[in-house]
Amino acid sequence: MSLSIDMEIRQHVLCVRLSGELDHHTSEQMREKIAKVIEDKNIRHLVLNLEKLTFMDSSGLGVILGRYKQIKQADGEMVVCAISPTIERLFQISGLFKIIRLEPGEENALKRLGVA
Amino acid sequence: MMNNRMRLEFPALSQNESFARITVAAFVAQLDPTMDEINEIKTAVSEAVTNAIIHGYENDPEGIITIEAAIEDRSVEIVIRDRGVGIENIEEARQPLFTTKPELERSGMGFTIMENFVDELEIVSKPNEGTTVRLKKRLEKSKALRN
Repeated sequence: MSLSIDMEIRQHVLCVRLSGELDHHTSEQMREKIAKVIEDKNIRHLVLNLEKLTFMDSSGLGVILGRYKQIKQADGEMVVCAISPTIERLFQISGLFKIIRLEPGEENALKRLGVA
Repeated sequence: MMNNRMRLEFPALSQNESFARITVAAFVAQLDPTMDEINEIKTAVSEAVTNAIIHGYENDPEGIITIEAAIEDRSVEIVIRDRGVGIENIEEARQPLFTTKPELERSGMGFTIMENFVDELEIVSKPNEGTTVRLKKRLEKSKALRN
């Protein structure tokens, strides 16, 4: 099982679409890829579209929290969208919704950040 | 339903995390679980196996992880075992957000998620001898019986 990471930049917003499985094995490549783009492309806000993510565990929470901290340094905002019920429970259990905004779909998320 | 059991053994390689959770899910599938139940079992197994790889064996692929699963009526018991470094303080390790490896962006939520997704969680560990995690989950009545 693998993870594929599709990225699109709209002005200062990075939109990341994940598909496949996000666990300890795949989280490292996600961390490297996204961290580099945030740094190199002067990204302020991050949208994570989880519509095609079929599995995630606490390793995924770790890498998402790491990107939140990175975005927060530039005073940016992080939004997740299109989340499945099991993954939504992971976010709830770990309290991530207190710092990361949830939107139903990618359009809502981009609108929220003013680039739709 | 006949009672059933299985045993699995593999080296501590991160690519075996998906192998382990998918194999356990396939074994449990004979009980006709709901989608939620399967996802919860996969997540809990993934947490325990990841802990064994990262903490138990500190990514040493020489380490061997075993999983035993048993079905009794509509209950599944899954035992994940490593012979690694062990956990010094289990109570501390179970605390939400506790991690010994923050530099690796570990969330410290593994045990908390396991507790939330199964009915019983037992951890037995001894420094330098290894860790055994026992998960138990009771499944809802099967769809076939519900209708």
